[in-house]
Amino acid sequence: MNTAQYETTLILTPEKSDAEVSKIAKGYTKFLKSNGAKIIHEEAWGLKNLAYPIRKKNTGYYFTVEYQAPTDLIATLELNLKRDENVLRFLTVKLDKYAIDYNERKRKGRVGKDRVAAAAEPIEQTETASEQS
Amino acid sequence: MNATATASPLQKDIKFLTSPKLGMRKKKYCRFKKLGIKYIDYKDPDFLLKFLNEQGKILPRRLTGNSLKYQRKVATAIKRARQLALLPYVTDLLK
Repeated sequence: MNTAQYETTLILTPEKSDAEVSKIAKGYTKFLKSNGAKIIHEEAWGLKNLAYPIRKKNTGYYFTVEYQAPTDLIATLELNLKRDENVLRFLTVKLDKYAIDYNERKRKGRVGKDRVAAAAEPIEQTETASEQS
Repeated sequence: MNATATASPLQKDIKFLTSPKLGMRKKKYCRFKKLGIKYIDYKDPDFLLKFLNEQGKILPRRLTGNSLKYQRKVATAIKRARQLALLPYVTDLLK
Protein backbone atom coordinates (compact mmCIF):
# COMPACT_ATOMS: atom_id res chain seq x y z
CA MET A 1 0.00 0.00 0.00
CA ASN A 2 1.13 3.53 -0.68
CA THR A 3 2.41 5.46 2.25
CA ALA A 4 3.16 9.13 2.51
CA GLN A 5 4.28 11.55 5.14
CA TYR A 6 1.58 13.72 6.65
CA GLU A 7 1.25 16.36 9.28
CA THR A 8 -1.94 16.98 11.22
CA THR A 9 -2.51 20.02 13.39
CA LEU A 10 -5.44 20.00 15.79
CA ILE A 11 -7.07 22.72 17.82
CA LEU A 12 -8.70 21.24 20.91
CA THR A 13 -11.29 22.86 23.10
CA PRO A 14 -10.02 25.09 25.93
CA GLU A 15 -12.83 23.89 28.19
CA LYS A 16 -10.94 20.74 29.10
CA SER A 17 -7.99 20.66 31.47
CA ASP A 18 -4.41 20.29 30.30
CA ALA A 19 -4.25 16.62 31.24
CA GLU A 20 -7.55 15.77 29.55
CA VAL A 21 -6.57 17.52 26.36
CA SER A 22 -3.23 15.76 26.10
CA LYS A 23 -5.06 12.48 26.71
CA ILE A 24 -7.34 13.20 23.74
CA ALA A 25 -4.32 13.98 21.57
CA LYS A 26 -2.61 10.80 22.77
CA GLY A 27 -5.72 8.91 21.76
CA TYR A 28 -5.29 10.05 18.18
CA THR A 29 -1.61 9.17 18.02
CA LYS A 30 -2.50 5.76 19.44
CA PHE A 31 -5.17 5.38 16.78
CA LEU A 32 -2.62 6.21 14.10
CA LYS A 33 -0.07 3.76 15.50
CA SER A 34 -2.53 0.91 15.75
CA ASN A 35 -3.51 1.41 12.10
CA GLY A 36 -0.04 1.06 10.71
CA ALA A 37 1.21 4.63 10.85
CA LYS A 38 4.68 5.54 12.00
CA ILE A 39 4.78 8.57 14.29
CA ILE A 40 7.76 10.75 13.51
CA HIS A 41 7.16 13.70 15.75
CA GLU A 42 4.55 15.02 18.16
CA GLU A 43 4.37 18.52 19.45
CA ALA A 44 2.04 20.26 21.91
CA TRP A 45 2.03 24.03 21.51
CA GLY A 46 -0.09 24.54 24.61
CA LEU A 47 -2.96 26.97 25.03
CA LYS A 48 -2.88 29.69 22.39
CA ASN A 49 -5.05 32.63 21.47
CA LEU A 50 -7.01 32.16 18.26
CA ALA A 51 -6.88 34.86 15.61
CA TYR A 52 -10.68 34.77 15.45
CA PRO A 53 -13.29 33.01 17.60
CA ILE A 54 -14.19 29.43 16.65
CA ARG A 55 -17.41 28.12 18.20
CA LYS A 56 -17.41 31.15 20.49
CA LYS A 57 -14.05 30.23 21.94
CA ASN A 58 -11.07 32.54 21.83
CA THR A 59 -8.36 30.10 22.86
CA GLY A 60 -7.43 26.55 22.00
CA TYR A 61 -4.87 23.82 22.62
CA TYR A 62 -2.74 23.21 19.55
CA PHE A 63 -1.21 19.84 18.74
CA THR A 64 0.89 18.78 15.78
CA VAL A 65 1.64 15.21 14.77
CA GLU A 66 3.95 14.25 11.95
CA TYR A 67 3.64 10.67 10.73
CA GLN A 68 4.01 8.25 7.88
CA ALA A 69 0.73 6.60 7.10
CA PRO A 70 -0.99 4.55 4.42
CA THR A 71 -2.90 6.95 2.22
CA ASP A 72 -6.37 5.62 2.98
CA LEU A 73 -5.93 6.00 6.73
CA ILE A 74 -6.30 9.77 6.43
CA ALA A 75 -9.97 9.55 5.52
CA THR A 76 -10.82 7.53 8.63
CA LEU A 77 -8.71 9.79 10.81
CA GLU A 78 -10.46 12.88 9.51
CA LEU A 79 -13.85 11.27 9.98
CA ASN A 80 -12.99 10.61 13.61
CA LEU A 81 -11.77 14.17 14.06
CA LYS A 82 -14.94 15.55 12.55
CA ARG A 83 -17.08 13.52 14.92
CA ASP A 84 -15.12 14.60 17.97
CA GLU A 85 -16.69 17.54 19.77
CA ASN A 86 -13.42 18.42 21.49
CA VAL A 87 -11.73 19.20 18.20
CA LEU A 88 -12.37 22.78 17.18
CA ARG A 89 -10.45 22.50 13.96
CA PHE A 90 -7.88 20.32 12.22
CA LEU A 91 -5.69 20.46 9.17
CA THR A 92 -3.90 17.55 7.53
CA VAL A 93 -1.16 18.34 5.06
CA LYS A 94 0.80 15.95 2.89
CA LEU A 95 4.47 16.82 3.18
CA ASP A 96 6.74 17.03 0.18
CA LYS A 97 10.48 16.41 0.38
CA TYR A 98 11.24 20.04 1.17
CA ALA A 99 8.71 20.07 3.99
CA ILE A 100 10.18 16.90 5.50
CA ASP A 101 13.63 18.44 5.32
CA TYR A 102 12.37 21.67 6.85
CA ASN A 103 10.66 19.89 9.75
CA GLU A 104 13.80 17.92 10.45
CA ARG A 105 15.92 21.06 10.54
CA LYS A 106 13.33 22.78 12.69
CA ARG A 107 13.52 20.01 15.26
CA LYS A 108 17.27 20.45 15.41
CA GLY A 109 16.81 24.19 15.79
CA ARG A 110 18.57 24.97 12.54
CA VAL A 111 15.85 26.89 10.72
CA GLY A 112 16.39 30.29 12.25
CA LYS A 113 20.12 30.10 11.54
CA ASP A 114 19.79 29.10 7.91
CA ARG A 115 17.44 31.93 7.23
CA VAL A 116 19.54 35.00 6.65
CA ALA A 117 18.55 38.48 7.78
CA ALA A 118 17.32 39.44 4.32
CA ALA A 119 14.38 37.06 4.70
CA ALA A 120 13.36 39.07 7.71
CA GLU A 121 13.64 42.34 5.83
CA PRO A 122 10.29 44.14 5.78
CA ILE A 123 8.55 44.92 2.53
CA GLU A 124 7.95 48.57 1.81
CA GLN A 125 4.33 49.18 1.11
CA THR A 126 4.71 52.20 -1.10
CA GLU A 127 2.32 51.71 -4.00
CA THR A 128 3.31 54.86 -5.83
CA ALA A 129 7.01 54.15 -5.83
CA SER A 130 6.60 50.69 -7.31
CA GLU A 131 4.12 51.70 -9.97
CA GLN A 132 6.29 54.32 -11.57
CA SER A 133 8.38 51.79 -13.44
CA MET B 1 38.09 67.21 -7.35
CA ASN B 2 37.76 63.55 -6.58
CA ALA B 3 38.74 60.47 -8.52
CA THR B 4 35.51 60.08 -10.50
CA ALA B 5 35.47 63.66 -11.73
CA THR B 6 39.02 63.56 -12.99
CA ALA B 7 38.78 60.10 -14.52
CA SER B 8 36.93 61.25 -17.64
CA PRO B 9 37.06 64.89 -18.64
CA LEU B 10 33.84 64.58 -20.66
CA GLN B 11 31.81 63.55 -17.64
CA LYS B 12 32.46 66.91 -16.08
CA ASP B 13 30.49 68.72 -18.77
CA ILE B 14 27.31 66.70 -18.36
CA LYS B 15 24.99 68.53 -16.05
CA PHE B 16 22.01 66.85 -14.51
CA LEU B 17 19.07 68.82 -13.21
CA THR B 18 18.50 66.18 -10.55
CA SER B 19 20.94 63.64 -9.30
CA PRO B 20 20.75 60.57 -11.56
CA LYS B 21 21.05 58.33 -8.51
CA LEU B 22 17.73 59.58 -7.21
CA GLY B 23 15.57 57.79 -9.73
CA MET B 24 17.34 54.48 -9.37
CA ARG B 25 15.47 52.15 -7.10
CA LYS B 26 16.77 48.95 -5.62
CA LYS B 27 15.89 46.04 -7.85
CA LYS B 28 13.34 43.72 -6.32
CA TYR B 29 14.30 40.10 -5.85
CA CYS B 30 12.69 36.90 -4.70
CA ARG B 31 13.94 36.33 -1.18
CA PHE B 32 13.17 32.62 -1.33
CA LYS B 33 15.22 32.11 -4.46
CA LYS B 34 18.04 34.24 -3.17
CA LEU B 35 18.29 32.43 0.15
CA GLY B 36 17.39 28.98 -1.10
CA ILE B 37 14.29 28.62 1.05
CA LYS B 38 12.32 25.72 -0.36
CA TYR B 39 9.46 25.34 2.07
CA ILE B 40 7.25 27.95 3.66
CA ASP B 41 5.86 26.88 6.99
CA TYR B 42 2.21 27.63 7.62
CA LYS B 43 2.77 27.16 11.35
CA ASP B 44 4.97 30.24 11.55
CA PRO B 45 2.57 33.21 11.52
CA ASP B 46 5.27 35.71 12.47
CA PHE B 47 7.10 35.04 9.23
CA LEU B 48 3.96 35.09 7.11
CA LEU B 49 3.03 38.45 8.60
CA LYS B 50 5.58 40.06 6.27
CA PHE B 51 3.43 39.16 3.29
CA LEU B 52 0.24 40.68 4.66
CA ASN B 53 -0.96 44.24 4.81
CA GLU B 54 -2.66 45.80 7.79
CA GLN B 55 -6.05 44.36 6.93
CA GLY B 56 -4.57 40.87 6.73
CA LYS B 57 -4.66 40.77 2.94
CA ILE B 58 -1.93 39.05 0.96
CA LEU B 59 0.47 41.52 -0.63
CA PRO B 60 0.85 41.30 -4.41
CA ARG B 61 3.99 40.12 -6.14
CA ARG B 62 4.48 43.68 -7.36
CA LEU B 63 5.31 44.68 -3.80
CA THR B 64 6.93 41.57 -2.40
CA GLY B 65 9.13 40.83 -5.41
CA ASN B 66 8.52 37.08 -5.02
CA SER B 67 8.78 34.83 -8.02
CA LEU B 68 5.51 33.28 -9.13
CA LYS B 69 6.41 29.88 -7.73
CA TYR B 70 7.09 31.20 -4.26
CA GLN B 71 4.27 33.71 -4.25
CA ARG B 72 1.91 30.76 -4.75
CA LYS B 73 3.57 28.90 -1.90
CA VAL B 74 3.31 31.95 0.33
CA ALA B 75 -0.37 32.26 -0.53
CA THR B 76 -1.17 28.64 0.32
CA ALA B 77 0.80 28.88 3.55
CA ILE B 78 -1.13 32.00 4.55
CA LYS B 79 -4.44 30.34 3.70
CA ARG B 80 -3.55 27.30 5.77
CA ALA B 81 -2.55 29.50 8.68
CA ARG B 82 -5.89 31.26 8.41
CA GLN B 83 -7.77 27.98 8.64
CA LEU B 84 -5.91 27.16 11.82
CA ALA B 85 -6.72 30.57 13.31
CA LEU B 86 -3.03 31.48 13.37
CA LEU B 87 -3.77 34.44 11.12
CA PRO B 88 -7.06 36.34 10.82
CA TYR B 89 -9.15 36.36 7.67
CA VAL B 90 -10.07 40.01 8.11
CA THR B 91 -8.87 42.50 10.65
CA ASP B 92 -7.75 46.05 11.25
CA LEU B 93 -4.36 47.07 12.49
CA LEU B 94 -2.66 43.72 12.15
CA LYS B 95 0.75 45.31 12.64
